Formats: sequence, C-alpha cells, structure tokens
Amino acid sequence: MELDELYQDIILDHYKNPHNFGEGEASCTNIELDNPVCGDHIKLMLVIDENDIIQDVKFTGSGCAISMASASMMTDEIQGKKVQDVREIIEDVLGAMRGEKQVDSLDEHGDLVALKGVIKFPVRVKCATLAWHAVKDGITKCEQEKNK
Amino acid sequence: MFDVNRVRADFPILEREIHGKPLVYLDNAATSQKPEAVIASMSDYYRRYNANIHRGVHTLAEEATAAYEQARRKVGRFINAYRPSEVIFVRNTTEAINLVAHSWGRKFVGPGDEVLLSEMEHHSNLIPWQLLAKQTGATLRFIPFSKSNGTLQIGHLENQINEKTRLISVTHMSNVFGTINPVRGLIQKAHERQIPVMLDGAQSVPHLPTDVQELDCDFLAFSGHKMCGPTGIGVLYGKEKFLEEMEPFQGGGEMIGSVWLEKATWNDLPHKFEAGTPNIAGAIGLGTAIDYLERIGMENITLYEQKLTTYALSKMREIADMRIFGLAPFRGGVISFYLGKIHPHDMAQFLDSRGIAVRAGHHCAQPLMRKLEIPATTRASFYFYNTFGEIDILIENLKKALEYFGYGT
Repeated sequence: MELDELYQDIILDHYKNPHNFGEGEASCTNIELDNPVCGDHIKLMLVIDENDIIQDVKFTGSGCAISMASASMMTDEIQGKKVQDVREIIEDVLGAMRGEKQVDSLDEHGDLVALKGVIKFPVRVKCATLAWHAVKDGITKCEQEKNK
Repeated sequence: MFDVNRVRADFPILEREIHGKPLVYLDNAATSQKPEAVIASMSDYYRRYNANIHRGVHTLAEEATAAYEQARRKVGRFINAYRPSEVIFVRNTTEAINLVAHSWGRKFVGPGDEVLLSEMEHHSNLIPWQLLAKQTGATLRFIPFSKSNGTLQIGHLENQINEKTRLISVTHMSNVFGTINPVRGLIQKAHERQIPVMLDGAQSVPHLPTDVQELDCDFLAFSGHKMCGPTGIGVLYGKEKFLEEMEPFQGGGEMIGSVWLEKATWNDLPHKFEAGTPNIAGAIGLGTAIDYLERIGMENITLYEQKLTTYALSKMREIADMRIFGLAPFRGGVISFYLGKIHPHDMAQFLDSRGIAVRAGHHCAQPLMRKLEIPATTRASFYFYNTFGEIDILIENLKKALEYFGYGT
C-alpha cells in the first residue's frame, strides 16, 4: 500500500489549487454536508438552467486533501453537462467507491481516474465521496424546487 | 531503575513492521499494547481452568472464582479502595459512567437539579448525563476551559455550584489536551457542600499513581485496555455508602438475593451491579496488567512519561507553523496538534506510511473542538514503552509531511 497511490499528483494538484473554489450565486438551495467522522465540511452552489444544464458550480469548505481534491474534480466534471448525465457519473463514482461497480468506469472521466487509488484505503472512501453525495443531494433538491 | 528497552521486550507487538518500517505506536490514549504476561494469563484461564464463577462447586469453578475475585482485590489495592467490594467490574469507562448516571442519577437527580461537568469531557462523560437530564428534567452546567492552554477555569467553580447541584463529574486527565485537572481541590470544594464527585479516570489511571482515599472521589471510572489490560473490562469504583443506596443497573443472574415471580431482592456489593456472566478472562487479564504495572512502578511510569512529553513538546514547538492544543503546566503524554494546513487525516495517513500510529479526528470531544474552532486534530499519545528515538522519528516525519503536502489550500 503505497502512499503515492492515494495522494496521486492529480489529487495533490487539485488540493493545493482547487478549481471552482469560492462563494457563488446558486439558482437553487445551497447544499451543505458534513462528514462527522473527520469534521470535513462542504458547501455547494449549483446553477442549473431551464434546460437542465449545469451552468455553474462553486464550492467552499474544509477537509482533507482527498475530500477537497475530489470536490474540485467533481466541479470540473459536471460543469456544462446535463443533469441526467451527471446523475450517471455520480453513480459511476459512488458505485466504484463502494466496490459495486468496475473502477475502470472512472477511466473515461479525466482526472477522476485518480480516485481509483482511494479504493485501496477503505477508511478514506468517505472523504472521497462527500462532494459526490453533496452534488447528488443538490441536484435532487433543485429538481424538487423546480417541480413545486 | 527503569529500562525502556527491557520493558519493550515484554510487548510482542512492538516487534512488528508497518509498511516496512518499525512500528512507532503513539496512539496510547486510544488503547495501550499488551505485554506477553497479560496475553498468557488470559490464555491460561481458557486452557486450564475455564468455568463459570460463583455458582459451581467443582474445582474449575472454584479456581475461576478465586482468580476473578483476586483480580478485584488487585484493582482495589491498585487504586487504594477502602475495600474490594467497592470495585465493580464493567465493560469500560463508558459503561461505568452510564451505570452511575442510571443507577445513582435516576434516584437522586430530579427536575430542576443540576449536574456539573466540564467543557473538555469525552462524549462518554457527556452523553450519559444528557440522557439523564432528558429523562429527569435536570440541567447540565459546564466548567469552561481556557482556549489558550487547555486548563479548566476552576475559578468559575463557585459560581457554578449551588444548592441545586447534585453531582460533579469531570475528567481527571483530558484525552485531547493532556491536562491533568486539579481534582483534589475541586473535590474538597464540592464536599464542603456535600456534593459527590465522579472522576473519569480513563486517561489518568493508566499513567498516574491513583489513590481514591487521598483523592476522596466518590466515584472513579476507568478502562482496562488503556493500561495494558484487555478490551471489554473496566472498573467503576464507588464509595460503599453510594453503591449501597443505588438501584441495580441491569437485572439478571448473579445480581439477585432471592427471587420470586413478582419480586426480587438484591445481592450484596459488588455483585448487585454485575448481572450475568462477567468478562472473567478480561478481569484476570486486567489483574495481570496491574501486577505488571506495579512491578515497573507507577511513579517510574509517570516520571519517564513526563520526560518523554517534555522532550516531544520542546521538539514539536521548534517546527514552524505548529499549533499545539493543551499547554497546561500539569499535563500527561497526550499531544494534540495541527501542523500548517495539513488536515489531521492526511497527517495520520502520511505518518502511517512511515510506520507511525497516531490518531486523527475529534477524539470524541466535538464540543471541545467547536470551542477551539477546529474540525479535528492529530494526536500523539505516549506510554512507558515509547522511546526518545521514537519521538525523533515522529519529529522528522512531521517535517517531511510539510514537504509532501506543501502548505495546502
């Protein structure tokens, strides 16, 4: 179990210089999630347009390198995509992390391939999935608000 | 003369390598390692005289009962209890505190009454009292701690005890700051007003000589596994007069006197609080652990750990960007810190890759963390088998972690 498998350069780059980090205007409710085990915190601001396309996403929060890098990569990945497609990506990531899906499904998603290393460190899986649970909740809440 | 190398040879696990590096075990506040003698004594019980206790008349039952009760006497002597029947075997510190909150609290704490705790308690000395307050309508009050050095602000005590205060329950030594609280004075003040005091001794009893008669505490809770004993065995010490007036904690076998279909009478102390078959092997293992600690000498242990802690603190404070939480003048070998912007979980993971075991997280003290406005800390905690060389390995790798993670976001 090599440390560098977990902290791959892609992860450390995102951690040191997170993308889409900062406060933003959201088109629907902000989502805040905590990981009570380690105190990680994430706040997610989503802008979804009338065609169900994610126009913008920003996040703030604090946490370990894995959770912050995963959040940064998540924002890159979903930007400009249709909600429906994002849902599939979320399931790919969460499924892979839970060991239910082939990890190779991450290969098609750019930097997300770096998350494959996390699977060998089961204690850290929760760190990696925090942002993905947040965006899943966020999308659901936005849809509920839209359908009201 | 205390010789750390001789002591280390008693612990088989210390020979292990982790990721190709010698194990540096610095998570002793979570649990301690076990000497060969403790492991052997438990194995010996199962191999040679395993039987249920107190009821059988056969030889094995007699031997097992004798060993179990001998363990109780060893514990009693170790903490200088007035008599062995004041030593109740439980699972751990948590269960001991729950026992008191349940059996003493429900009987003597009512609506509007107050229980005084501190802001630095482990969840195990907080949640049982929250449950009690919810059930009885009592109020919890808290002695604050100083954010600058992690000491209890005992000066506030006078304002916080009043005629409604029914009990004070505080930690003897903080599992986050390492602070050794001035409990002797606190107990004296409380007793002037006839308020009983419970001490959470989970961190203190393994590291400091403990004399309940000198402390004059009314209850003391501690765990076997943090003092070279096995998991699943802990101790509640209580003064006889308190234990006598309390209702049982759980019902079942062993804790009864006579039983009818509609009613029952209770067994004598300590059996009144030990329903069901207890952790016999665990008690025997704890007894052996106490023999082992006494052979080394608790004074020697305290003295050596003080030197180790002073050395570690001085080296850690030389590292730029190091924040240490807990700088009380009287403290034990528990050091919580935050280095640069490295999240404690990343730090603990990095150190693990170098063979160093530390703890990262909120250490079951979320209110304390909230007051410090930090999500978590990394915690290194020592026992008498740790060496100055191991501290050097820790320090060297803390510096390497700064290089590895940079200074973060």
